[in-house]
Amino acid sequence: MSRRISPVIPGFGLTLGYTLVYLSLIVLIPLAAMFIHASQLSAAQFWNIVTAPRVLAALRLSFGTAFYAAIINGVIGTLLAWVLVRYTFPGRKIIDAMIDLPFALPTAVAGIALTALYTPTGLVGQFAADLGIKIAYTPFGITLALTFVTLPFVVRTVQPVLADIPREVEEAAACLGARPIQVFRYILVPALLPAWLTGFALAFARGVGEYGSVIFIAGNMPMKTEILPLLIMVKLDQYDYAGATAIGVMMLVVSFILLLLINLLQRRIETPN
Amino acid sequence: MSIRRYALAALASAVFAGSAVAKDFTLLNVSYDPTRELYQDYNAEFINFWKKSHPGDTVKINQSHGGSGKQGRSVIDGSPADVVTLALAGDIDEIAKLGKTIPENWQTKLPDASTPYTSTIVFLVRKGNPKGIKDWGDLIKDGVSVITPNPKTSGGARWNFLAAYGYGLKSGGGDEAKANEYISKLFKHVPVLDTGARGSTITFVNNGQGDVLLAWENEAFLALKEDGGADKFDIVVPSLSILAEPPVAVVEKNAEKHGTTEIATEYLKHLYSKEGQEIAAKNFYRPRDKEVAAKYEKQFPSLNLLTIDKDFGGWKSAQPKFFDDGGVFDKIYIPQ
Repeated sequence: MSRRISPVIPGFGLTLGYTLVYLSLIVLIPLAAMFIHASQLSAAQFWNIVTAPRVLAALRLSFGTAFYAAIINGVIGTLLAWVLVRYTFPGRKIIDAMIDLPFALPTAVAGIALTALYTPTGLVGQFAADLGIKIAYTPFGITLALTFVTLPFVVRTVQPVLADIPREVEEAAACLGARPIQVFRYILVPALLPAWLTGFALAFARGVGEYGSVIFIAGNMPMKTEILPLLIMVKLDQYDYAGATAIGVMMLVVSFILLLLINLLQRRIETPN
Repeated sequence: MSIRRYALAALASAVFAGSAVAKDFTLLNVSYDPTRELYQDYNAEFINFWKKSHPGDTVKINQSHGGSGKQGRSVIDGSPADVVTLALAGDIDEIAKLGKTIPENWQTKLPDASTPYTSTIVFLVRKGNPKGIKDWGDLIKDGVSVITPNPKTSGGARWNFLAAYGYGLKSGGGDEAKANEYISKLFKHVPVLDTGARGSTITFVNNGQGDVLLAWENEAFLALKEDGGADKFDIVVPSLSILAEPPVAVVEKNAEKHGTTEIATEYLKHLYSKEGQEIAAKNFYRPRDKEVAAKYEKQFPSLNLLTIDKDFGGWKSAQPKFFDDGGVFDKIYIPQ
């Protein structure tokens, strides 16, 4: 006597088929083409390319700066979301709209503008230079550019969740004698963390692959400020398609593993048992 | 009535005959970054020239610009270019090898190894030359910082690199170890490696980085010509440099497909004419034509010029030796 509950969108076969075709055309086939291109290399060749000292230095730089940028945005982005959700003040709507600007701006424009500002002779960079700090053409500059382009992710993932938490819950906790730090730890953090992790992962993944904005501010010195996407461009400029795809595949695998770990972490937080 | 019919028939046949002769041509010239202005001028000239012998035709020429290597790759990957006008022969060789749309012997199809105009590498310095830079040797003095793009991503910068290396060879009496030493020292003075010539120009001109920009002569002149450039910069011509030879070729397979073989070939040939050479000289490229060169003698100082073929064995041997992975350039940065 099984009774099927009819879903809102009819036809499981049709929707699944559509999903698979769509994913194949947009995601799977291009990625598979990359793996096939890289498979022209023998395992030893592949290993030699992806473990060359220059590639490893770029790997550390790309994933390191993307991680720091995501952390910075994790903190500042949450703060921004908090301010936008919990307070009303004149100009709030405008600031809210401004959050998305880094997405709309062509990344190369952002890169050139940031570089002009932060070079040792630039508007902001000159003060940093007086303090003996170099921003443009260092990993610090790369992190800055990545922080700029990935700003919206954490704000936009945390914002709606924060807006959904009723104030009453916090008030109830306070009435039951929770100190503010306990309200934060036991009420807000568990509710926000999954969304925060999503935003963090998106910002991180985007930062690893970012090219346009970084390339102007990085300085691109081999072993020091050379990002992985630039190494791919270098290989392509030597018409070394296989070598370029080898680095691409390596980036993809490392990113996939990291994103998978973040996803698992998220799952654990959502279902504590 | 019969007269009217006759007139109509005559008109129809005239229109028909006209359309049988007149053709619509659209050419795509895939070029590299700093030739934008040159080909804007040249395209107008060529269309006039073509219309003189083919008055009924309509000719439209599209230009595409970008880094030389990137442009070469786009042609390999299927860009419908009729002609390519790139920064170095190595890039056209790769199109011939990987794309097979250009015959391997393309460089023999036009005079002067298919390079209708040339340039060289000079120094652009801050006004008044405060660091007193006169020659390559001054670039490795303490406190001098040099801006040049990454030769691995910029075709133009490979000429910069070879010019510097050539100086290292000459000053070291032909000893390659001395040349390697000079070039490593030189790149210790390079604080930023932009990916293309445009990026380096922005770093030097707009962001005020560095004391010297290694630049193609035509780009250096352009920087002076731009508003206020002449008050901010000077050009310094070193004792020795390299003859930069940007080549041109018809992408034969594409042109055949588009039915543009004749006009595309003529388009490149006309670059060698007096008119074409004048336009090159006006856009600060050194003309091949002796008469035109004599006319612009003052603009282009004579200096000792190495050539890629005589001094470096052509791109086929220079590219792997200097710029491929593990080559001379990589050894500067990666401890052996």
